[in-house]
Amino acid sequence: MDANSPVSPGQPAGSFVAAGRGPRLLGGGGTGATVVSSVSTIVVLGILVAIILLAPGARAVEHAFFSPTDMWQSFIGNPRKGYYSVGAAIWLNIRMFLVAEVLILALALLVALIRQSASPALFPIRILATGYVDFFRGVPLILVIFALGFGVPALSLPVASSQPDVVYGVAALVLSYSAYVSEVYRAGLNSVHQSQVAAARSLGLSKSTALRYVVLPQAVRNIIPPLLNDFISLQKDTALVGTLGVIEANKAASIYSETVYNFSSFTVAAILFLILTIPLARFTDRLIERDRRRRLAGGNR
Amino acid sequence: MSEAIRIDDLHKSFGANEVLRGITLAVDSHEVICLIGASGSGKSTLLRCVNLLEPIDSGRISLFGQEVTGPRIDANLVRRQIGIVFQAFNLFPHMTVLRNVTLAPTKVLKTPPARAAAEARALLDRFGLSDKCDDYPDRLSGGQQQRVAIVRALAMQPQIMLLDEVTSALDPELVAEVLEVITELAAGGMTMLIATHEMGFARDIASRVCFLEEGTIIEDAPPAELFTTPRDERTRRFLRRIVQAKRL
Repeated sequence: MDANSPVSPGQPAGSFVAAGRGPRLLGGGGTGATVVSSVSTIVVLGILVAIILLAPGARAVEHAFFSPTDMWQSFIGNPRKGYYSVGAAIWLNIRMFLVAEVLILALALLVALIRQSASPALFPIRILATGYVDFFRGVPLILVIFALGFGVPALSLPVASSQPDVVYGVAALVLSYSAYVSEVYRAGLNSVHQSQVAAARSLGLSKSTALRYVVLPQAVRNIIPPLLNDFISLQKDTALVGTLGVIEANKAASIYSETVYNFSSFTVAAILFLILTIPLARFTDRLIERDRRRRLAGGNR
Repeated sequence: MSEAIRIDDLHKSFGANEVLRGITLAVDSHEVICLIGASGSGKSTLLRCVNLLEPIDSGRISLFGQEVTGPRIDANLVRRQIGIVFQAFNLFPHMTVLRNVTLAPTKVLKTPPARAAAEARALLDRFGLSDKCDDYPDRLSGGQQQRVAIVRALAMQPQIMLLDEVTSALDPELVAEVLEVITELAAGGMTMLIATHEMGFARDIASRVCFLEEGTIIEDAPPAELFTTPRDERTRRFLRRIVQAKRL
C-alpha cells in the first residue's frame, strides 16, 4: 500500500505494509531481483559444470565431444579426407526451413479453411482434409520422410520420381507440419467471436471479404506465438532429412564422426542449431510479453 | 408515404424454441418504430431476421415493396440498404476508427479510399468523433465506441437503420450521448426499427411502439397511447414492472 491510498478512519495507517518489497502476484522486477537472479544463475551453472568436469569420465568426454581441433575441422570440412563442412551444410537446413515454412503457412491455411467451411458441397473435401490431418499428425515425421524419399522414386513416375532427395525431404516436412499448423489456424479462426462476422456481413461484406479483412487478421494475431513455436521445432526437424542421404548439418556431422571417430562434429551441429533457434525463441517470448501487456492495458496497438 | 419494411406472419425457431411466432409489422419510410418487451421476447431476433443475418422459417419480409426472403436474393445487396448496430458494438478491434468506417465503403461499394476517408471523417466529425480517427476501438469509451458503430453503419448510406439495444451495454452516464445521435438521425428522417429498454427514450422518439411478448406483437400503438392507456393486460403488467423498477 503506498502513501496515497485511502485509509479508513480508526485504522492505523500503513498497517498493511509488508516488511520487504510489496506483494507481487507472479514474477518480480527491480534491481534487487536482478542481482538475486544473476547470483543464483551463476551458482546453478557452476554446480552443473563442476559435476561434469569432476566426473570420472570427464577427460574422455571432453576429447570425444569437445576437441577444439575436431570441432574446427568438422566446421570447415575437408573433401579430400572424405568429410563435408558442417558449417556449410547448415545453410541447406536454413534453406529447407525457409521454403518449407512458406509452403506450410499456405497449405495449413487452406486445410483449416476447408475444415471450417460449412458448405454442403464441400463435404467430401472436408472429409478428405480431416483424414489428412488425422493421418499426418499420427504418423512419425521420419516415416513420412522415408515413405516419400524411397517410395516416390520407386514409383518411376515421369517428373515426380526424378527429383533430388532434398525435395522429398521438404515435401515430407510440409505434409507433416501442415497438419499440425492447420489445427493452430483452426484454433485461431475459432477464437474470433461470431459477432465479428455478423458485424462484417451486416455491412454488406461477402463471406470471403469478411474472412480476409475481419476474421483472418484477428485469428493470425492470436496464433503468432504457437506458430513460431512450431517453426522452432521445424528448424530442428530439417535434420531428419539427412536420413535420405542429403548432406545437411547433422548428416555432415555424422559423416565426420564416422570418418575420424570423434563426436565433436555433432557438438558443432548442435551449436549451429542453437544459434538458429534461440533468436526465434527469444522473439516469440517478446511477442507473447507484448501481447500480454497489450491485453492488460486494454489497448490494441 | 411509401412502405419501407413489411413483415408478414414471420416465424423463426432455434431448435425446439420458437422465438418469433407470427410477427406482422409494416414500417413506413421516415417512421421510427420502437420494439419493447422483456429479454427473450424476440426483439433482437426480429431485427436480425430483417437484416437476413438469421434465415427465417416461414412468412415473408419485403423492403420497399420487394420481397427479400424469397429465393435468389443476394443478401449482400439487401444488407447494403440496411444498417444494423449491435448491443456490444462489435467494432473491429484490429483496425483504427477510421478504417472501421471506411472498410465497407471501399470493399463493397468500391469507393476510392481517399473519398471514403474524407466521407468517413465528415461523418465522424458530425458526431463529435473527429479526434478519434486514428485511435483503436479499445482506447475509446463505450459511448464513443457505440457512436463509431453507428457511423460505421451510416457510411454505407443505408435506407433503414436497425438498432439492437444499443445503450444496454453502456454505463448510465454514457447513454445520453448515444441517444442524442439517434435523435438526430430520426430528425433527419431516417427510417428506424429500434429494440430498446429505454422507455423514456422510446416515448420521446417513436412514431409507434410495439410491445412484444413470447415472439408476438401484443400491442402496436403510438407512444402516447401505449404508455398511458395500454389496452392489453400483458402490456399493462410489463409497464407496471418497468415503473416499479423506476425505469419509466
